Amino acid sequence: MNAVTEPLLNVQTLTMNFGGLRALDQVSLQVQPGEVVALIGPNGAGKTTFFNCVTGIYRPSGGDVFVTPPGKKRRRLNGLKTHQVTASGLARTFQNIRLFQEMTVLENVMIGRHCRTRAGVLGAVLRDPQTRREERDIVERSYTILEKIGLAGEVNELAKNLPYGDQRRLEIARAMATEPFLLLLDEPAAGMNPRETDALEALIRRICDEEGIAVLLIEHDMRIVMSISNRIYVLDYGKKIAAGTAAEIWENPVVIKAYLGEETEE
Amino acid sequence: MDYFLELFFGGLTRGSIYALIALGYTMVYGIIELINFAHGEIYMIGAFTALIVSSVLAFAGFSGLSVLFLAAAVAIIYSAAYGFTVEKIAYKPLRQASRLAPLISAIGMSIFLQNYVMLAQTSDFLPFPSLLPELPFLEELELSIGSTELIILMTTAVSMVLLTLLIKFTKMGKAMRATAQDRKMAMLVGVDVNRTISYTFIIGSVLAAIGGVLIASHIGRINFYIGFIAGIKAFTAAVLGGIGSIPGAVLGALILGWTESFATGYVSSDYEDVFAFLLLVIILIVRPSGLLGRSTVQKV
Amino acid sequence: MPAIAHIRQSLIIALWFMFLTFPILVVRVNTIENIIEWRWLNMMYVGAGSFLGSFAWRYFLGRRERSASRNAVPAGTRQLAAVAVGPGYDVGPAGIALAGGVETGRSGGVEEKVSTPPAPPAKPWLHRLMDDRKLRRPLLLILAAAGTIFPFLPFTSTYQINIVTNALLYVMLGLGLNIVVGLAGLLHLGYVAFYAVGAYSYALLYHHFGIGFWTALPLGALLATLFGIALGFPILRLRGDYLAIVTLGFAEITRLVLENWNEFSFGPSGIAGIPRPGLFGWEMDLHGATIYIYFLMIFLCLLTIFVVNRLQNSRIGRAWVALREDETACEAMGVNPTAAKLTAFALGSTWAGLAGVVFAAKTTFVNPASFTFLESAMILSIVVLGGMGSILGVIIGAFVLILTPEYLRAFSEYRMLLFGLIMVMMMIFRPQGIVSGVRRIYEFHRGPGEQR
Repeated sequence: MNAVTEPLLNVQTLTMNFGGLRALDQVSLQVQPGEVVALIGPNGAGKTTFFNCVTGIYRPSGGDVFVTPPGKKRRRLNGLKTHQVTASGLARTFQNIRLFQEMTVLENVMIGRHCRTRAGVLGAVLRDPQTRREERDIVERSYTILEKIGLAGEVNELAKNLPYGDQRRLEIARAMATEPFLLLLDEPAAGMNPRETDALEALIRRICDEEGIAVLLIEHDMRIVMSISNRIYVLDYGKKIAAGTAAEIWENPVVIKAYLGEETEE
Repeated sequence: MDYFLELFFGGLTRGSIYALIALGYTMVYGIIELINFAHGEIYMIGAFTALIVSSVLAFAGFSGLSVLFLAAAVAIIYSAAYGFTVEKIAYKPLRQASRLAPLISAIGMSIFLQNYVMLAQTSDFLPFPSLLPELPFLEELELSIGSTELIILMTTAVSMVLLTLLIKFTKMGKAMRATAQDRKMAMLVGVDVNRTISYTFIIGSVLAAIGGVLIASHIGRINFYIGFIAGIKAFTAAVLGGIGSIPGAVLGALILGWTESFATGYVSSDYEDVFAFLLLVIILIVRPSGLLGRSTVQKV
Repeated sequence: MPAIAHIRQSLIIALWFMFLTFPILVVRVNTIENIIEWRWLNMMYVGAGSFLGSFAWRYFLGRRERSASRNAVPAGTRQLAAVAVGPGYDVGPAGIALAGGVETGRSGGVEEKVSTPPAPPAKPWLHRLMDDRKLRRPLLLILAAAGTIFPFLPFTSTYQINIVTNALLYVMLGLGLNIVVGLAGLLHLGYVAFYAVGAYSYALLYHHFGIGFWTALPLGALLATLFGIALGFPILRLRGDYLAIVTLGFAEITRLVLENWNEFSFGPSGIAGIPRPGLFGWEMDLHGATIYIYFLMIFLCLLTIFVVNRLQNSRIGRAWVALREDETACEAMGVNPTAAKLTAFALGSTWAGLAGVVFAAKTTFVNPASFTFLESAMILSIVVLGGMGSILGVIIGAFVLILTPEYLRAFSEYRMLLFGLIMVMMMIFRPQGIVSGVRRIYEFHRGPGEQR
């Protein structure tokens, strides 16, 4: 066993410019295996931009994004397309829910299996044994994930008919179906009441501990951030202004100043 | 050299007409992100209305410039009315729908209007009287430009200026710009979005009508189908210049006009329409935002 | 009182329309013969019609608003009230009913069944009809029998068989386009170009190389597919409207080239004398050949239905629907959007090519005039008005749209007028089409003994 394990996600001096606007300025961040890391900061600090850069929706203007999947070599994600990033093991949810509204709950999760399966047009038309096996496997795995998330009862419901909290959890289930080693959650607790937030907290903890998936989350809800994060990074105006454990961040005057009483308690 | 100038002015004339129509497309797209397929038909209806009015007036014994002005005025009024009505019926109910529904509706409206005019009038090509006056001094100047062409150019130029003034300085112009940028926000600051959108359609239709009357006088005949081809080309021009951009529409229209003119003049006249479509396809592949358009970053 | 206000509004609307249509509908001008005709009666019709029509409009629009708020999605999940009327692109295994049955697979207690979800607003009678297993089989048998006997009935003329064959061609075209538009959600306004490729392939292959129908069939499909890939490649990254326009432009270019490049395509007069398909060298008379082609088309349509049905609920089919729903999210879930789009586009083109070859064989004559934008619009309408993504919807749409004008010859002049009107009305009042489909339902039985 190595004394120093390579971080799952190693972002070095990431910079992102939109025309004249510098949205991210030399941001460095790491996520180690088994960790829950939080990315916080006032609105507009660049957190979602960070996600978008890591997942290939934007091409970073500078810096590097490295991932080291467990048991594999390190690779650089810069310039990869989003679906390639997902295939390499990073999955995400979105700030505004982006489910496939006209598809059922199960089918939403089944989409997540796409990058881990291979059947093509020929397989679809011929339904040969291999394809059929793959389909059954897709359905089963998806169902299992839904059971773990607690949405198995809604399997055939159209995604758009789910209540809000369930929709957020469905997004997580869908991301999990891609078999990630790192899950990026963008404000998963947004709009949730305290009971739902507690359930979410437990879910994230389970994902990390039982499924072995590390989590990087953007959040405004300080309760959940302080409660489950191993480490926290703070962004403001695109710059990393602090990093550390919950306790360290809580006391940090720079952080307090950046928020200036903007601390949200849902 | 004469030939070149002839083609140059011919292209300029074409471009002017395309510009008048293209502006309607670009403004509507800018404000509600809809390709108004029926816009070409508005242009055609303008031409037909002018024909009808001028025929009636001729019958009643009028002649000369009064016919032109009356016919044009009525054509403008009616085109505006049609544009307004089409929006209210076919597009307004679909504002919240996906992209495909308004597009289909627009295509349907286009087909409907074409056939409406064809059935109500005739499917034949009808001769259109030359309403535009001859300018005798042009003969002396020996430019490679004809009377009607010059009038078209001048009318277009004046229309552009008026439009620019309207967009820049009037309250409605500001409302249009605001709504085009962010409809929700415009609504929140008190802009009457419905009225603004109607207004946009009306202005576009007025310009199209002007174009219709001018080109009908110039070419000398019309039929119910002229809207389709002119519409596609004008739309090409709008896309070329950057859809949603008013100066872009004019620029694109001029480029298209010149391309067509020179290509048919020097290369081949059979493939006249192909050039427009080719230009369209190339621009969309190479630079979909057009020459003067800005590519927007999608917020995720 | 609202009623009086309504009447007043309707009067204003009637007056407005009378004003609006006055020049074009009342005054008929003929500058060739120099006559002017005044048709005052039209104005009365317009007035009355729009007065009554406005009531209907108001009523149905109100109904639409009310059903919109009833179907409203829980707060926070959608940006605006972007609900209800659109998008409504329900995809459905509706075609599974026709293709012969329900799929069941067993493993670890997972069973798949096709049925309707528990709470749609009002379950359409058509779905209820299809659900009824007992009804379905006899219904299909009746249809099959009718289809088989039809050409041999004493009163069925060659002409009539031709009409139905024509409708079948459009069924095939509609299903092919359905892959692109209904499933993958790509706005394709130039489908007719690939239809033309298929037709002209056969025409030219025969003309230059004497290639017969059966050889030309796969070749035409292949050429159309290649064409589709070649066209799709540069354009599929374009956003919705732009994609629509570029496909339209491309289709027009194709038509214009066919019309003008005389050395290649023989220009506007087209190519004639294309042989009909033969059956092992047996030369048939016109009537016989017509029947032959009819059954050929039935076979091809069944094949198409089978393939599209299989595609719909497969890995790639789901990827398409996800792509249609939300491209960004779809890509974030590991689907390669360009590959998916290209596949859809190419597959759609394949079908158009096949149909094109049959078309050429059926009419024995091709010319560019058959491949106008209007054709693309018609095929698109079949898909959209029939029901996006729903196989049954497309079939019904094709038959209705193609057969109705034939059988209502009295109205044939007004055919396109009505068509345009229907397009508008359908989009406003029933954007999901005649048959809205449903998603596949899966059943899970988790007993104590079952593993996983």
